[in-house]
Amino acid sequence: MSSDRKQQGRGREYRSVTRVTGPLIAVSGVEGAAYGEVVEVTVPSGERRTGRVLESREDTAIVQVFGGTEAVDTVRTSVRFTGETMKIGVTEALLGRILDGTGEPIDGGPLLIPDAMRDISGNPINPSARDFPRDSIETGISAIDGMNTLVRGQKLPIFSGSGLPHARLAAQIARQARVRGEAESFSVVFAAMGITYEEADFFIRNFRETGALEQAVVFVNRADDPVIERLITPQVALTVAEYLAFDLGYHVLVILTDMTNYCEALREVAAAREEVPGRRGYPGYMYTDLAGIYERAGRIKGREGSITQIPILTIPNDDITHPVPDLTGYITEGQIVFSRDLHRKGIYPPIDLLPSLSRLMQGGIGEGRTREDHAAVKDQLYAAYARGRRLRNLVAVVGEESLGDIDRLYLVFADRFEREFLRQAENERRSFEETLDAAWRLLSMLPESELVRIEPSLIERYYPRRTEG
Amino acid sequence: MTITGTVARISGAVVSARGLAGARMYDVVRVGNERLVGEIVVLDRDVATIQVYEDTEGIAPGEPVTTTGMPLAVELGPGLLGTIYDGIQRPLEVIRDEIGDFILRGVHAPGLRRDRGWDFTPIARRGDRVEPGDLLGTVVETEVHEHRVMVPPGIRGRIEEIASEGRYTVEEVVATVRDDARLHRVRMLQYWPVRQPRPVRMRLEPTDPLISGQRVVDTFFPLVKGGTAALPGPFGAGKTVVQHQLAKYVNADIIVYVGCGERGNEMADVLRQFPALVDPTTGKSLMDRTVLIGNTSNMPVAAREASVYTGITIAEYYRDMGYDVALMADSTSRWAEAMREISGRLEEMPGEQGYPAYLASRLADFYERAGRMTVLGSAGRTGSVTVIGSVSPPGGDFSEPVTQNTLRVVKVLWALDADLAHERHFPAINWLTSYSSYAGTVRGWWAERAAPMWEEYRAEMMGVLQAESELLETVQLVGEDVLPEEDRLVLVQARLIRDGFLIQSAFHPVDTYCTAEKQYLMLELLVRFYRQAREAVAAGVSAAAVGGLAVKTRLERMPFVPNETFPDEYASIKEEIAEAFAGLTAGRSAYGVTMRG
Ligand SMILES: Nc1ncnc2c1ncn2[C@@H]1O[C@H](COP(=O)(O)OP(=O)(O)OP(=O)(O)O)[C@@H](O)[C@H]1O
Ligand SMILES: [Mg+2]
Repeated sequence: MSSDRKQQGRGREYRSVTRVTGPLIAVSGVEGAAYGEVVEVTVPSGERRTGRVLESREDTAIVQVFGGTEAVDTVRTSVRFTGETMKIGVTEALLGRILDGTGEPIDGGPLLIPDAMRDISGNPINPSARDFPRDSIETGISAIDGMNTLVRGQKLPIFSGSGLPHARLAAQIARQARVRGEAESFSVVFAAMGITYEEADFFIRNFRETGALEQAVVFVNRADDPVIERLITPQVALTVAEYLAFDLGYHVLVILTDMTNYCEALREVAAAREEVPGRRGYPGYMYTDLAGIYERAGRIKGREGSITQIPILTIPNDDITHPVPDLTGYITEGQIVFSRDLHRKGIYPPIDLLPSLSRLMQGGIGEGRTREDHAAVKDQLYAAYARGRRLRNLVAVVGEESLGDIDRLYLVFADRFEREFLRQAENERRSFEETLDAAWRLLSMLPESELVRIEPSLIERYYPRRTEG
Repeated sequence: MTITGTVARISGAVVSARGLAGARMYDVVRVGNERLVGEIVVLDRDVATIQVYEDTEGIAPGEPVTTTGMPLAVELGPGLLGTIYDGIQRPLEVIRDEIGDFILRGVHAPGLRRDRGWDFTPIARRGDRVEPGDLLGTVVETEVHEHRVMVPPGIRGRIEEIASEGRYTVEEVVATVRDDARLHRVRMLQYWPVRQPRPVRMRLEPTDPLISGQRVVDTFFPLVKGGTAALPGPFGAGKTVVQHQLAKYVNADIIVYVGCGERGNEMADVLRQFPALVDPTTGKSLMDRTVLIGNTSNMPVAAREASVYTGITIAEYYRDMGYDVALMADSTSRWAEAMREISGRLEEMPGEQGYPAYLASRLADFYERAGRMTVLGSAGRTGSVTVIGSVSPPGGDFSEPVTQNTLRVVKVLWALDADLAHERHFPAINWLTSYSSYAGTVRGWWAERAAPMWEEYRAEMMGVLQAESELLETVQLVGEDVLPEEDRLVLVQARLIRDGFLIQSAFHPVDTYCTAEKQYLMLELLVRFYRQAREAVAAGVSAAAVGGLAVKTRLERMPFVPNETFPDEYASIKEEIAEAFAGLTAGRSAYGVTMRG
């Protein structure tokens, strides 16, 4: 497609770095650098780093250097323009491998021979080619399956905070997730950006112990790896995921952690370019940039595989209006929100159900998918739990004495709901039926007349009668 | 006529090219070896700055740039309905057939198919004098809609020839019109530049409500045909669901749905559902009245900027035929952000929060294209364009520029609220902060349709909700038990209005659409219940006893009773209300459930 240009551009080398700011260098006297072109930067010590053209003018190219600009000088550093856009070699043999944030193996395994080279920015899925995701995934976790069902092809982030058990939950999902009626589990593409050694290790060990590593591709950019490198990690990981899903037919679960670190790298580049900053210094195009990552989840008509994404982000200062969770929430198909309060109460998973949401739940549940009462039960649980929570706040001010009988019931309901439904063990896997039955047991605390979100015929069928106990 | 220059600089979606002296502002150009589509947005001597509608990766300085001499325009004619386009009207299904499931750049496909024939029936006759907007003939575009082939703006004269009944492609000439000097060949295929409103004869006041089957909308915050509404809310508050509900159920003739910088799966959802859904007004497939523009968040940002203009131009075209058109834009914030992104790359002076200084005027100009109009043509047809724009304020904070500038121009605000959404009170339209300036306009329409007390009932129930919000402030401080009984009754009634009326599930097969008739009957029962309850409380009955009445549960379940059988349910509930209160005031408790056991 663009081979003529590649030929003409191959191997142009310059020693004309004129300016270095943050992760960026300006190279002058360059002829015809293509926007997005990959360059190879060699610093005086001989070390080589990869970069990419961020802006191209007739005589100057602005290059973002992924390995960072440390030791780059304006005299001896050389920059070679490769005539290529960024690509990664893809092959099924990537399964079971551990790579760095740019896709280089770091596990000492055998040489990888790619089946194809793929552009890491990918191309948008034609909206008319998308198959609307409807196969619900049983994660075995009631707070998700019962209240915010995940479906195959969805992007559902975990909004967490520092010190909260998001890694444990993500690992539990990766371990337990199954589509009903199918034995096959998910292949995992795991991309770590700027996370600590312990956290990266936690995942790798976890995958290894459960045997999931053989079905996983792990990309690790650690906290002490170059910051700018993490800008390409999700794209590299998703390019591999797309190959596995849409070429080879795998159902791929992509875990991206921690997107907050990714966004910080984005901010750093924007600052170096002296762009007009958007909210809290993040660039105005961050929405578009994140969409380029998250929208790579989905299903395609007539193709076997799927990409389900679970991005993880730690919210700075637990402020959900912070641009990282805010823009993420505007793109993803819901969110699982963690609560420090629940965590303090010792409830795992500490999911705050009120702000949590799965937008694709509706199409994945109900008769023939999970169970006919699922939607109504979920609505009723939400209504009841929200009421209990509101009363809990009220009682904190005015005391319980001021409540009527029904209100007191709701207060108890909220507590029991958290302890008996929400809380579960890290190795506990509940089926959809078990989750829904647990829901009915709780709902039976309330008189039937309170269950106005559930149609009488369903109450008739599922409401546990006292006589049974 | 074409001028060729060379690329000088590339920065994201913005490319500058030199050697383009003589090119015109807003002309479409082809950029680079792959001939990507772009539009000139700044001219400085021979240097043109171009926003490019496709991914610019790989473009290098020195590549050619060629002008087309045409502004960005849409193709108008039969074949629009039922089609999904990207932001610059490339038919996505055709593109998929040609290049596969992923959108690559450099693909071009015309908006209207050239190979398809349409059955044309002439209306105008040889020798007729015609002016812009006059009908030349009709085509059955879909089962529902007669496509009216009009004399385009700017052409008037005498018909020299008109095609006879038969099948023609959009490129074939169906009429020739002679004015004093020239002979115009008119085809079904016509072009119109998207950034320019199509001319009309006269702007009219809106009169009729746009009924959506959504209770909180129709009853409390009505919209009218030709009106404008803003739908701001934080993520997950329900903007898209409301927009989809409106697209499915409003009693407009044509729907133009613009998915502007949002999710691919949401477009897939529309494509999956609409063909199978039935338009409640015509009984035909919803897809037959719908044009979709889907430029999702990961598609090129400049095309996102163009998408709302593409949408509204198509909407105006059907309006000109005399139809009522409703356009949903989800989300206008993404459009504004596209403007901001391009403006930033152009290094323009940033205004508030980095948005360009012209943000306010662009928004105003866009909403100005809505309205009920006498359209061109000697027949004096009327048509309307209604515009409903979602707004996605960062952090859900309505004080930001896009929300504020939108509220300056629209007449209806449906303010979505995170708290309500978190409690799963959907649609999460906050009844205290939302408003409609059209309530007075539609009063007559309701009164004519066996809803004589509509305005009074509506005001009475809104009064209860407002009183509730004040009382809740007190309750938060000192608890409920200090309130007098009549105030506690307000709390009971407000809950009932919320649960039994305001909450409406878009996903429940029955509740998803509530006819105007059912809405009114529900409202009437709520008012009836409240009036009786107040009497009872005045006579010494406690609010708790009222709240415990079995009939209240029935009222709360009204949403699930089918539209068709609701009149029977209405009669039965009405009776039960009478009995229940008779029982209460007679001192006998009708309260069936004991709580303490
Ligand atoms: N009327 C409704 N009935 C039932 N559920 C609803 C309704 N409105 C919204 N919801 C629920 O809320 C979810 C979020 O709604 P929606 O996708 O419309 O939000 P949004 O405001 O468009 O968010 P974003 O700005 O991120 O696009 C839906 O997926 C659905 O679960
Ligand atoms: Mg939305």
